[in-house]
Amino acid sequence: MSDINKKIGFSLKMAFANYGYLFILGFLIIISTILSPVFLTSGNIMNILRQMSITVIIAYGVTMIIISGMIDLSSGSVVALSGVIGTSAFVMTGSPWVGLIVGILVGAGTGLFNGTVITVFNLPPFIVTLAMMTVARGLALLYTGGYPIIDIDAFTTFGKGFFLGIPIPVIIMLLVFVGVVILTKRTRFGRYIFAIGGNEEAAIASGINVKRMKIMVFTLNGALVGLAGVILMSRINSGQPAAGLMYELDAITMAVIGGTSLSGGIGSITGTLVGGLIVGILKNILNLTNVSPYWQQILKGLIILIAVIMDVYTKSMQSSKK
Amino acid sequence: MSYLIETKNITKRFGGLVAVDKMSFGVKEGEVVAVLGDNGAGKSTLIKMISGVYTADGGSVFYNGSEAIIHTPMDALAMGIETIYQDLALAENLNVYSNIFLGREKTKKKFGIFPVLDHEFMYDESTKILNKLDVKIPSLKNNVRTLSGGQRQAVAISRSIYWNAKVLIMDEPTAALGVAQQKQVLDLVNSLKDHGIAIILISHQMRDVFAVADRIIVMRRGMKVGDLIKKETSTEEVVNLIVGSEMVS
Ligand SMILES: Nc1ncnc2c1ncn2[C@@H]1O[C@H](COP(=O)(O)OP(=O)(O)OP(=O)(O)O)[C@@H](O)[C@H]1O
Ligand SMILES: [Mg+2]
Repeated sequence: MSDINKKIGFSLKMAFANYGYLFILGFLIIISTILSPVFLTSGNIMNILRQMSITVIIAYGVTMIIISGMIDLSSGSVVALSGVIGTSAFVMTGSPWVGLIVGILVGAGTGLFNGTVITVFNLPPFIVTLAMMTVARGLALLYTGGYPIIDIDAFTTFGKGFFLGIPIPVIIMLLVFVGVVILTKRTRFGRYIFAIGGNEEAAIASGINVKRMKIMVFTLNGALVGLAGVILMSRINSGQPAAGLMYELDAITMAVIGGTSLSGGIGSITGTLVGGLIVGILKNILNLTNVSPYWQQILKGLIILIAVIMDVYTKSMQSSKK
Repeated sequence: MSYLIETKNITKRFGGLVAVDKMSFGVKEGEVVAVLGDNGAGKSTLIKMISGVYTADGGSVFYNGSEAIIHTPMDALAMGIETIYQDLALAENLNVYSNIFLGREKTKKKFGIFPVLDHEFMYDESTKILNKLDVKIPSLKNNVRTLSGGQRQAVAISRSIYWNAKVLIMDEPTAALGVAQQKQVLDLVNSLKDHGIAIILISHQMRDVFAVADRIIVMRRGMKVGDLIKKETSTEEVVNLIVGSEMVS
């Protein structure tokens, strides 16, 4: 009898450990609905989705990076670099598509660079991407002379436009979601990032070209950051070299809240989207209830802490299951 | 009969340390050769040069009589050299069938172009090979993390057999196992021998070695100090070679 109770208690704990983020999301939605009458209006929901979309797109990429046992600290700066260069490509050619593609390519280029340096010189991703963080920011400032690129009205579709009443950034966030979910769940690429994060040596011994994989993950991640950069500039209606500050941390927070383990091998894109929703809703309800931005900062820090504690807790649950 | 797999003067250095020093040995089809030696003698390093994890600093590997170019694990795997490692066996965060197919996943074309993983095929094939080898695993969809040491070892061996191992290298396959599980693994080894597979077995367990090996190679400080036919030697002689109180060749 007590054994059964234990078992039920245990599997409940397991469920919480594995899907804790869903409980939190549900809880947050209920509380927010009670706290603010505006919360559940479609306008507000669109607002939340639109505000989180840019960071979530970055978070998809960093989720794959973390699953493969690495980290990327450069995304905030690369958002700025790819954003301003994309914007300026638009200004030169007059074509928003060229601007978009150039932005994505610049992002992918920085990712390719990160991945190559990490694998060729066998350096920790933490250090290499930290360097890229300052280099990319510097390049963005250098390229623009420190001034924003303005008069880009025709470029704002990606950030401000709507399709069937849904903001374009939200549509992009969802389309990329589908693509990345398929990639991580249904392809060799996805299998390999998990294998590398779980046991890199086993992955190498199984004939997986781990170095090439790492370069590929970083390049793909960079491309997503580039995409986010273009959407951001398009949304704020100018190419801002100082934009995107700390985005890397927001993205990592979303991934970790969504159950991605910082020690690699565990995580999901769906979890990250839910993590994004949690962060987005929290920000939204704090604004709706007029909580001061200072308190918001503090709360955000606490949430990161809780997410990491949950990560460690999940780990110990899983190892005690052995 | 000549050797299926053979090393000639193979050498590996780590900085100033010569981990494997001009080792020459070979294994024939259907033969089990045990490699013994104290901790740090160079056993794992030796087999990692055959399996492509390390590249040799000198000497060469011969496969079926001709020199084999093995630069990466994939090169070795493509020749049918399968290895079960002491320290880097499986990805614990992946399920059983994903591990059996790791690095060699079966894909199918979606919409005629996109290659996606064929989970069903991999699941079915894995079930078949595990059944064939009489290995019992609760669910192939469980992460390897949830398996016992013996089950993991059995999965690793099944994986090698599924991929048609011609040469099977096992680095301390019974080290972490209970008595019953040790016996299972050794029975498995004996049955593989009948299939004509050349087996290299690294072990510290004298009993295991004498139960399955045909020949015994002893290493000390990276060098081969003994190459003995099992039937003509004794535990005592082997132990003496390992600890170095006598030199035979
Ligand atoms: N990657 C490495 N870098 C540096 N030194 C290494 C490396 N791998 C092994 N060595 C050293 O090479 C020597 C041989 O190690 P090896 O792992 O081959 O021994 P072993 O015979 O397999 O020992 P054990 O029975 O403990 O597994 C040891 O001195 C070890 O410290
Ligand atoms: Mg060893």
